[in-house]
Amino acid sequence: MSILVDKDTRVCVQGITGRDGSFHTEKMVEYGTKVVCGVTPGKGEKNFLDIPVYDMVKDAVKKEGANTSIIFVPAKFAVDALFEAGDSGVKIVVCISEGIPVLDMSRVLKFYRERGVMLIGPNSPGLISPGKSKVGILPSNIFRKGNIGVISRSGTLTYELVSHITKSGFGESTCIGIGGDPLIGLKFIDGLKLFEEDSETEAILLVGEIGGHDEEDAADFIRDNVSKPVVAFVAGKTAPPGKRMGHAGAIISGGAGTAKEKIEKFESVGIRVASEPEEVGELFKELL
Amino acid sequence: MNLHEYQAKEIMRKYGLPVQKGKVATTPEEAEKIAMEYNGPVMVKAQVHTGGRGKAGGVKYAETVDEVKNYSTSILAMKIKNLPVKKVLIAKAVDIKKEYYLAVIMDRDKKFPLVMASREGGMDIEEVAREKPEAITKLWVDPVYGLFPHQAKEITLSLFDGKTLALQSVNIVIALYKLFAECDAQIAEINPLALDGEERLWVTDAKVVLDDNAISKHPEIESLRDPDPGEEKELAAKEAGLSYIPLFGDIGCVVNGAGLAMATMDLIKKYGGEPANFLDIGGSSSPEKVEKALEILLTDRNVRVIFFNIFGGITRCDDVAKGIIQATTKMKIELPMVARLTGTNENKAKKILKGSPIVPVPSMREGAIKAIELSKAG
Repeated sequence: MSILVDKDTRVCVQGITGRDGSFHTEKMVEYGTKVVCGVTPGKGEKNFLDIPVYDMVKDAVKKEGANTSIIFVPAKFAVDALFEAGDSGVKIVVCISEGIPVLDMSRVLKFYRERGVMLIGPNSPGLISPGKSKVGILPSNIFRKGNIGVISRSGTLTYELVSHITKSGFGESTCIGIGGDPLIGLKFIDGLKLFEEDSETEAILLVGEIGGHDEEDAADFIRDNVSKPVVAFVAGKTAPPGKRMGHAGAIISGGAGTAKEKIEKFESVGIRVASEPEEVGELFKELL
Repeated sequence: MNLHEYQAKEIMRKYGLPVQKGKVATTPEEAEKIAMEYNGPVMVKAQVHTGGRGKAGGVKYAETVDEVKNYSTSILAMKIKNLPVKKVLIAKAVDIKKEYYLAVIMDRDKKFPLVMASREGGMDIEEVAREKPEAITKLWVDPVYGLFPHQAKEITLSLFDGKTLALQSVNIVIALYKLFAECDAQIAEINPLALDGEERLWVTDAKVVLDDNAISKHPEIESLRDPDPGEEKELAAKEAGLSYIPLFGDIGCVVNGAGLAMATMDLIKKYGGEPANFLDIGGSSSPEKVEKALEILLTDRNVRVIFFNIFGGITRCDDVAKGIIQATTKMKIELPMVARLTGTNENKAKKILKGSPIVPVPSMREGAIKAIELSKAG
């Protein structure tokens, strides 16, 4: 198995002819992802890499049978793109775009909940089920098919950690970047639930950072609902309070959301926390 | 983006909230003039982007024009939590009988705006939430419909004993939510919302924090920005597509990705060093961006060594290497540099850096250790 994306994933790329959209569409196709259609308003009825391009997501989904959409449009147009994707009939939407206002996201998330559409992101690097499908911008070459499920709020830090998993002889079932924004669709808990149910996943790596308390909620959830071993890593032990550390959601506010609190919470429920990236591989060797 | 109290109050006034008269002054003379105009007791309040102004002596009650001048003189010479006070707000004093709390914030967990109200006004709301959570009324607002009048009524009925006051003040809650939604605020807070002897409510202190991601939607708001000392560099970096936050150590960091940048700082600290900064060069980095990053980094005189930690994906290592070489030829960089470049085009990068004084390292851990060693040498 694996979760969320696999061989049956049929992808629609919103913003397929843009700079980032075109580049990553090529990479996804190279990896073997079934990119079945793309959307760029005004460029319908053309092709990109032999992929049909449409003006509307709904038409693209209907004609080409897409079940997943990925959004690569500038922040200014991303809210419209999100509503359009949520209304198109796809079941999963991955939003790579960043810089979306929080109040707009609040409306988008309500729209998705009402329609039962899963949103990953925004400000996400996407996700990959190695050997099956990649819907995102993650560098394919660092992944190897295996049994560790990875869920992370970060991009390049995830790659760093995955490289240590792979170097230690393990591989990944699915790796999800849930996005660095304060309001996101799929959260740690949702991903953990899917990994717990997935027969291919034997252990889980959770990568958190400062801001909010999703890590603490995840720790409680793991204690009560996850039987598989979990290793955690939390970035931002040295982050000063009140400053946004690159990600819109990475901020210690009112003394809450520190790395220390999160690490202590994980440890209090028996989750091993790596003190630096290289230790992740060592911890999995001990646990598996 | 943080606003000053006087700016927050100006916006609130536009939304019809009952803000007492007030004007901002940058000199004691200006403050004196305002006080003469108001003719009566006023508050003299330091305008800085931090809490705890009262405790630091930055908020004073003044009955006479002379007092206003004296207090303004001392407050304008102050630093509160290291922030110099550049402006004071002179606001007509309110004869406060009771203080309430009212705010709209974005709730990250419920993913909905949240209205919070409490009879424990004038205090730090986080403290109230810890010590007496039952004293806070919470109400979540559907962002599609906005706040319904009956919800506003629910809030005011919980705040005030008098039914007349409760019904009259419904508009205050509605206006505050409207401001929150229309300005894309992350926080719109009145603390305290003060009740005077004649049963009138006043906004005597206000806080508004705007969503940085929404500022392009409200171009007029950009003019309210008042960077704190040090923040100018952060803004210049932002302009160049970089995310930079200065810290106090001596190891300058150049990293791609926010999470990895934080992890790099943490690693330096773990092995006994001190990071000089957080710096994320972002996803698609051109050599020019790397050059700009170095330029900003070098304005920090504490930096003794520079550590590049790049995990190439979309970022190409050869672009970073080119940027480093371009920067070293343009600016005279005498500091030692350690580079860990892995991923996309790393071999090309190695070729570019060959023969340069930049020390290559195979991993993030070894890079951090090497950088610390160099920071302590000589």
